[in-house]
Amino acid sequence: MSKRIDVTDLNVYYGNFLAVEDVNISIEPKTVTAFIGPSGCGKSTFLRTLNRMHEVIPGARVEGKVMLDGDNLYGSGVDPVTVRSHIGMVFQRPNPFPTMSIRDNVLAGIKLNNKRISKADADDLVESSLQGANLWNEVKDRLDKPGSGLSGGQQQRLCIARTIAVKPEVILMDEPCSALDPISTLAIEDLINELKNDYTVVIVTHNMQQAARVSDKTAFFNIAGTGKPGKLIEYEDTAIIFSNPSVKATEDYVSGRFG
Amino acid sequence: MTVTTEVRSRRSALTRNKLPNWAPWAVAAGALVVSAALLALAGFNVWGWAVLAAVLFVAANWAVSFAVEGARKAADRFATSLMFGAFIVALVPLVSVIWTVLANGIAGFSLDFLTSDMQGVRGRVDNATAAGESPLMGGIAHALAGTFLITLWASIISIPIGLLTAIYLVEYGRGGRLSRAITFFVDVMTGIPSIVAGLFAAGLFAVIAGPGFKAGIVGAVALSVLMIPVVVRSSEEMLKIVPNELREASYALGVRKWRTIVKVVIPTAISGIASGVTIAIARVIGETAPLIVTAGFVTRMNTNVFSDWMASLPAFIYYQILNPTSPTNPEPSTLRAWAAALVLIVLVMLLNLGARLIARIFAPKTGR
Repeated sequence: MSKRIDVTDLNVYYGNFLAVEDVNISIEPKTVTAFIGPSGCGKSTFLRTLNRMHEVIPGARVEGKVMLDGDNLYGSGVDPVTVRSHIGMVFQRPNPFPTMSIRDNVLAGIKLNNKRISKADADDLVESSLQGANLWNEVKDRLDKPGSGLSGGQQQRLCIARTIAVKPEVILMDEPCSALDPISTLAIEDLINELKNDYTVVIVTHNMQQAARVSDKTAFFNIAGTGKPGKLIEYEDTAIIFSNPSVKATEDYVSGRFG
Repeated sequence: MTVTTEVRSRRSALTRNKLPNWAPWAVAAGALVVSAALLALAGFNVWGWAVLAAVLFVAANWAVSFAVEGARKAADRFATSLMFGAFIVALVPLVSVIWTVLANGIAGFSLDFLTSDMQGVRGRVDNATAAGESPLMGGIAHALAGTFLITLWASIISIPIGLLTAIYLVEYGRGGRLSRAITFFVDVMTGIPSIVAGLFAAGLFAVIAGPGFKAGIVGAVALSVLMIPVVVRSSEEMLKIVPNELREASYALGVRKWRTIVKVVIPTAISGIASGVTIAIARVIGETAPLIVTAGFVTRMNTNVFSDWMASLPAFIYYQILNPTSPTNPEPSTLRAWAAALVLIVLVMLLNLGARLIARIFAPKTGR
């Protein structure tokens, strides 16, 4: 169910502005990879190029290759909609659909695409997805209530359940805990640890302790100054990044000397 | 040395220099009395009394507050008075219209009035009514049906066009040249005088169906010219406030753009869109001029919008006043016109209430 991602010579532009320059990175299947770095260094932008969500932003474009198990996401004839059904995404702010119940939110990927599903299959999928997101016990008695009535942390787990219900190979998370309290954050981090048994997880975070706790490998992005493009500075095992990085800037950043 | 603690009931230091809550009412009562006394010298009338009392109240309220509370509070009270004044002035015509229509129209209103048309109601019948020999005959069933059908067809034409235009502007146009041009022309359309819309529809159908063609559908086209910009504007605003995050969430699940629009964006905005559409209907249901030049006027029921002239409530009112059924005794016609006006106002009010109800029914639920 999980696939590897290989990125070669990737440049991201907003119009004529080069936002992220020359990224080369290989993400192994069934691992958690964390992107860290100061604000504006292009982590989120780069993350979005991994499932072509940057195309929602007007003027954003990409040069280079992103291979998902050998298939180029940017090859000619590739439909971004297909890409996104293979590579799911969880956003910074929890965004359950306000018009749908908890159950319908989980089934959103299927119902919105008008796929037929029997009631029994739907029930199974709702239960397995919510269990996969560690939310089942909290909501099993109120599946027909609106998703917006849940707490922020529960909403975020609902969004994760919604993402895994479409059975992607890779899950991208863009600062999934930055709007949550420490308890909810812990719940999400536990969940990320379980998710890597089945999925390739890529997470952007501003919290270095979080990166150290949840990830197997860490990529440090940095920016030389305003108006300059963001670059991938160092990509290593998390233990090495946080104990013995080879680049001075990485060491300065993870030890809190700047940023 | 002895320390004496002064125990004395006093006002809190925090409420110093503050007028008590009853002060404005006392000032108002004073203003009413003084202005009544002043007017008694010159000759009393109610309107003069109200205006003079209001002016006196604003001035006195400011002066009292300035003396006790200081300049800032006085300015606050002055501004509050002005705003209340503006509100009351804005309310006067509304209350006056409702009162006049109710007072004049209620006498002519009955179940018969709603269920009968004007067939066979001639000058002789009205003369008998005026002489007190028979009750008020005739009614507005044909005009009600006409108004309903014409408005229905206007909605059938303008809601899809307006909604699709709004979707293009918000979801696809993205501030490009075409969408800016559309926005500009929609703004221009908002300002089109309704008679011009009527003449446009009449001219259009003169080309299609031959000169002089009048039917309900022509009126519906004229009304939709007036209705489309209102639908576009209100739907556009409603679609704009749907958070982008919901669109992104849907895209990230591998859902196509048009499905995202149909199944996520529109359901999220539907309460606002539906109430906007209802307001747009209320806006055109009372149009008179475009219907007179496009749908004509008849005294009998016609439920086919595609052929023959068709009555409508505004046109009914217009012709009853302008062309009384009995030229020698216009009172029964005038009464019918007032009663029809009452029905029209009630319809518009019901539509506005319906808009609120729709907004509440469709609003996203937030229960736990």
